[in-house]
Amino acid sequence: MSDASFKFEKSGRSLMERLFEPPAIGKMSLVAKIVAYSLLAIWSVFVLFPIYWVIITSFKDAAAVNQGPFYIPFFDFQPNLDAWRAQFNIDRFCDLTSILRQVYLLVHNSFVFVVSPVISLNPMELQICKIYLAFTNSVVISVVSTTLCVAVGSMAAYALARVQYKPKFGNILVFVALLVLVIVATTYAGVPWWASSTVALAMFFFLVRSVGRYFKMRLSNNDILFWIISQRILPPIVVVIPVYVMFQAVGLLDTHLALIILYAVANLPIVVWLMHDFFANVPIELEESAQLDGATRFGIFWEIVLPLTRPGLAATTLLILVLNWNEYLFAVFIATVKVQTMPIMVAAKNAGEKGVFWWEMSAIIVVMIIPVIIMSILLTKFISKGVLQGAMKG
Amino acid sequence: MTLILIFAIFPTIYSMFFAMSRVRFTGDGLKFRFVGFRNFSKQFFGTDQVHFLGRTEPVSILAMIIFAVIVVSVLVWLYRSRKIATWVGMLGRTVSASMAIFLAWVLCASLLSGNSIGTLYTTLFYVLVGCGIQFVIGTGLAFICSQPIHGKNFFRVIFFIPLMVTPLGVGYAMKMIADITKGPFEPLLRLFGIENWVWSADAWSARLVMVVGDSWQWIPFIFICMLAALENVPQDHVEAAQVDGASSMQIFREITWPQVVPVAVTVLLIRAVEAFKIVDLPNIMTGGGPGTATESMTLHSLFVWRANDMGTSAAIGYLLLILTVIVCASFFNYVVLGRLRRTKA
Repeated sequence: MSDASFKFEKSGRSLMERLFEPPAIGKMSLVAKIVAYSLLAIWSVFVLFPIYWVIITSFKDAAAVNQGPFYIPFFDFQPNLDAWRAQFNIDRFCDLTSILRQVYLLVHNSFVFVVSPVISLNPMELQICKIYLAFTNSVVISVVSTTLCVAVGSMAAYALARVQYKPKFGNILVFVALLVLVIVATTYAGVPWWASSTVALAMFFFLVRSVGRYFKMRLSNNDILFWIISQRILPPIVVVIPVYVMFQAVGLLDTHLALIILYAVANLPIVVWLMHDFFANVPIELEESAQLDGATRFGIFWEIVLPLTRPGLAATTLLILVLNWNEYLFAVFIATVKVQTMPIMVAAKNAGEKGVFWWEMSAIIVVMIIPVIIMSILLTKFISKGVLQGAMKG
Repeated sequence: MTLILIFAIFPTIYSMFFAMSRVRFTGDGLKFRFVGFRNFSKQFFGTDQVHFLGRTEPVSILAMIIFAVIVVSVLVWLYRSRKIATWVGMLGRTVSASMAIFLAWVLCASLLSGNSIGTLYTTLFYVLVGCGIQFVIGTGLAFICSQPIHGKNFFRVIFFIPLMVTPLGVGYAMKMIADITKGPFEPLLRLFGIENWVWSADAWSARLVMVVGDSWQWIPFIFICMLAALENVPQDHVEAAQVDGASSMQIFREITWPQVVPVAVTVLLIRAVEAFKIVDLPNIMTGGGPGTATESMTLHSLFVWRANDMGTSAAIGYLLLILTVIVCASFFNYVVLGRLRRTKA
């Protein structure tokens, strides 16, 4: 491939030709280069300008925001750290005790996250540095739920890619009908939820044995996949009240566990969808030879398939992490006091009739962006490779 | 696994009950009263008609004629497809056709007759115009970035940033930027002598600003997927065509484009499904105003929800679900599969 840059050797090219025709294969002509770079530059400005504006707004004070547009720090206006100080130390002194308090709070939070469904600890001091609380909450919730979601989702996707499932249509009908009955009994007749669902579960196993054999119609993997995808279409505002009622009944409102489960389930369709494409691309011969050598199915998944799809896994993980990190609607309903997350802090800066504290809000937005951007830069190589494989499946 | 199944399926069914009943908060929890489909019919025939369908009262002659033309062409399409479609396919086509006629009627009665449009067409406007703009710009940028240029990775990271910002943050950032007295474009407006022009007071300019904000956030998504697809196109085909003296326009149309169409369709579908649910941006930037001009269906559902009318809110959600499923399925079945069939034949 030494002559990949094969030259068009034409003597006496006119000016127009020299401008518009590429000098070599794999190169661009002068005009095309100019157009391409200027378009890219314009778009970079369009993309970066709002980010720049948010960053400089976080260094303004009320006067600098309200007296008109100022663009360049130190030139137009004097930047100060008021907004950042207001966020990060309430008493304006970054002394040892307050830092220790934050560390204690962090440990306490992680501890509460594990035991919160079982024991209720005394409420935390919410006045100190809400943003640390929200930040730790956000980190704990998004990391744990992403791990859970990707683990469960990729296993489900692998199963759907490799095993042929043939669930009976009748069984599913029975399941849905029983669920409807449970809901009717609980909401209209006032039966406690645990009693009705236990009865329904027992009836389900009984009915599956008896009714199931009368239905011949079976579903395939594609039906299951489509059903999983269709879960994403319903707008979240519709399901937020049922979810609220559900967690109220179980007694998990305002706990970390509730948000972790909720996010994991809500993002499961995306993981299954993307990972199914990646797994289907893995050559099946590899797995068959491993099977001949006596590897178990889980062993194949863990030792062979996962390393092969690591780029896709990284891309999916990053996508889910970003979605969890930015989720607002569910958080605002489920997490009222103790487990407030970062997006709630952003929204809280809109103080109604007092107006919006733009500078403080910008500071929080910047705090929210930084970890994700670092993650994305670390994983960019993985992402471009990962999407490459999955996307071509179409 | 059963637990996950319950978590996924329970809210969907439970909200169906919300959609069919009048829900009230009482001391000991929620109280349901079964009202059947009244929540749904309220959207079409009640006083709320102005919200969902827009104002449809005086229908102009021109709109009538256009509506008739659309109906006839849809029926002809349905009649001609009876030979190639199976029984199930025919059922699907009938559903799509009736949806198309319904949408055409709403379009003619509201927009083409000079009346204001409702949340239905505002949502469709966001989806169609937004997705169109985003797809064209995203694909164009991806095409440029797939060419041999320097600093490819730098641009890739830069263009990816907006996707990382929380939608809430995007809403507030856009509100800051678009502020006409304190925002960065204030001197520019004064330069053109239109400092008294208020984009949020006019329905269409407000809607366009929403689309711009939405595009800012979502073009990166299309960009990154299309870039991956474009880079996967085998380079030797392109080089062979170049040696044969094909122009770059021909190369793009004949070699590159057919290979990236499947990815393009998937990306467009994902984007459309998400675009139907647009809520943060109009909520923060205009609060649905002026009037109800920028109110999408999800936002309307949110407002109704805040007024403690959860039944109606769930009903709107279900209408949106039906709309999304039929539009996306029709697009996929007739445009995409039809295209594939034609290229095979």
